[in-house]
Amino acid sequence: MSAVVHDHGHAHDDHHHGPYGGIMRWVTTTNHKDIGTMYLWFSFAMFSIGGLMAVGIRLELFTPGLQFVDPDFFNQLTTMHGLIMVFGAIMPVFVGFANWQIPMMIGAPDMAFARLNNWSFWLLPFAATLLVLSFFMPGGAPGVGWTMYAPLTVQMGIGMDLTIFAVHLLGMSSILGSINIITTILNMRAPGMTLMRMPLFVWTWLITAYLLVAAMPVLAGAVTMTLTDRHFGTTFFNAAGGGDPVLYQHIFWFFGHPEVYIIALPGFGVISQVIPAFSRKPLFGYASMVYATSAIAIISFIVWAHHMYTVGMPVTGQLFFMYATMIIAVPTGVKVFNWVATMWKGSITFETPMLFALGFLFMFTLGGFTGLVLSVVPIDIQMHDTYYVVAHFHYVMVAGALFAAFAGVYFWLPKWTGNMYNETLGKWHFWLTLIFFNMIFFVQHFLGLAGMPRRIPDYPLMFETWNKISSIGAFGMGLAQLLFLYIVIQTIRGGVKAPQKPWEGADSLEWTHLPTPAPYHTFEVQPVIK
Amino acid sequence: MTLKQENRRLSRRLGVVAVVMFGFAFALVPFYNQICVALGINNLDQPSVVTNTQVDRSRTVTIELDSNAHNMPWRFRPLVGHVTVHPGEITMVEYEIVNVREAPVTGQAVPSYGPQRAGEYFQKVECFCFTQQTLAAGETRRMPVVFVVDPKLPRDVETIALSYTFFEVAGRGGKI
Repeated sequence: MSAVVHDHGHAHDDHHHGPYGGIMRWVTTTNHKDIGTMYLWFSFAMFSIGGLMAVGIRLELFTPGLQFVDPDFFNQLTTMHGLIMVFGAIMPVFVGFANWQIPMMIGAPDMAFARLNNWSFWLLPFAATLLVLSFFMPGGAPGVGWTMYAPLTVQMGIGMDLTIFAVHLLGMSSILGSINIITTILNMRAPGMTLMRMPLFVWTWLITAYLLVAAMPVLAGAVTMTLTDRHFGTTFFNAAGGGDPVLYQHIFWFFGHPEVYIIALPGFGVISQVIPAFSRKPLFGYASMVYATSAIAIISFIVWAHHMYTVGMPVTGQLFFMYATMIIAVPTGVKVFNWVATMWKGSITFETPMLFALGFLFMFTLGGFTGLVLSVVPIDIQMHDTYYVVAHFHYVMVAGALFAAFAGVYFWLPKWTGNMYNETLGKWHFWLTLIFFNMIFFVQHFLGLAGMPRRIPDYPLMFETWNKISSIGAFGMGLAQLLFLYIVIQTIRGGVKAPQKPWEGADSLEWTHLPTPAPYHTFEVQPVIK
Repeated sequence: MTLKQENRRLSRRLGVVAVVMFGFAFALVPFYNQICVALGINNLDQPSVVTNTQVDRSRTVTIELDSNAHNMPWRFRPLVGHVTVHPGEITMVEYEIVNVREAPVTGQAVPSYGPQRAGEYFQKVECFCFTQQTLAAGETRRMPVVFVVDPKLPRDVETIALSYTFFEVAGRGGKI
């Protein structure tokens, strides 16, 4: 070995080599920070594609009648918007946070299975390609709704098969990622970092990962049955062979309801980091937060049929699922009250992450309330498949999960890039997003109450005003996200250098123990937590 | 045990959980069918147990017979268009199918009722929809439906449309 190489080795210390250059860095990386970054960019790309589809939907609904797309393509847009946003944008963005933050927050050098981590990510672009390719197949993408209900799924063209395989890949990626996260959290915490000392973000991800391991395989089973019904002569959902389409709904929602919390819980975790940091007080009721999160996760497995009150189930069944659903409001309420109590008498400042957290708190609670309204059987039978339901789940998915993701990006961006983002632009992004979001979805409550059905490309004249407002909101919200992209790129490229701990009240390990920007390798020697 | 071994052990256990949950999705199929049988819901293709044979001669109900073959090479029709019955009266009607394909075909009929709420009062004692039907190439078959309209049928229902739709059982190739 030459002296030059030897010197080189000294300068960097054998274990502290940097990443490979070029594209191979990203293809071959096993570094949790690189993989986290890829997850975040991937989900932003999917968020943009799904958002374009949403703009297409709102463009068609701007005025009554059929103007821009034919009804079949409209169905494809609603289906793919749902699938891409749920599986391509919201789920991966929180896996991105998990990859970046969990090892740093528990004092671990990396994820437990670094190479598996790389593979979990690289399954996603292929799944996304399959989903997008389905638009170009004969018959187009499936227009069955993101829930992929039988019997329509049995009749669709080849685009349906691509979607089924995409769901298989996405599920595989989630399950492998979850096994990795659980193993990392349970086995690789720094000495002294007991379970009940972990930051709440880590706790919510531990519980989410268990939900994923238990729920995603059930979805894989449901789409596998659809696949064999389509091609191999089975009749799970085909009435002709003694199957039953309602069975599909039961299997799907047995996965689907835990999925709602898979999306929501990591967001709760982010909010539980942000609110204490900007209130300059420790989180109120830490232990009750952990128990409430676990309770939500467990109860989420016994409420699935509240999505299908109208299939003709016995009244006893409806009552059971109604009360079980209402019970979930109790632990969720515990969380909301704890966040509010954290702010009580705190010394609060309103930087962008805190603004998004407060936006989350108000809007998510509103979405929770409409959920409670929908849990009541007779009301739900009236509202089923109307825009009231669309408004409800966008309040929890967008103002809940997406706002939490924005809060997290602004909160950790200084630690990731080493630079402060532009606070003024960040605030603009928040207020534009908040106002346009409510323009889109608040009015949809009125449309739903008045009886406008979802998933239909046309509507009677009386709904025109609210639909116009909703569409204008959608165009505005889409444009506001370009500002977000600009802010993030601007922060990566330069700006005011961020200190080690830019947020006065932040107290987890990445702020107290690591320099800014976080080095490529961190905690190779685990810290001891006293 | 080293950290690496512990990690592997935990991941294997979690992998088993994932595989078991995949199987659980399929276990829901027989579970769902058992629940339906136990609660008496969704029993379209089960013979009814007729408890009350008292004939209500004070009124008549018209049964309109309808037939459809969904994307099937079968000609499927009732031998009469409608029958008029008294509630409680045991009645038999006949349907005819002709397989026009040059190969055996298996089909399953699914009944439906109009108005829908009449379904629970329409008790089929014998029906070709209880089993799958396989017809040889070009075969013609006549099949009976024996039914009783429950006298508890609400008085405002004067006409019941009984509609059968045959679906091809794909992949069966005419074999049972």
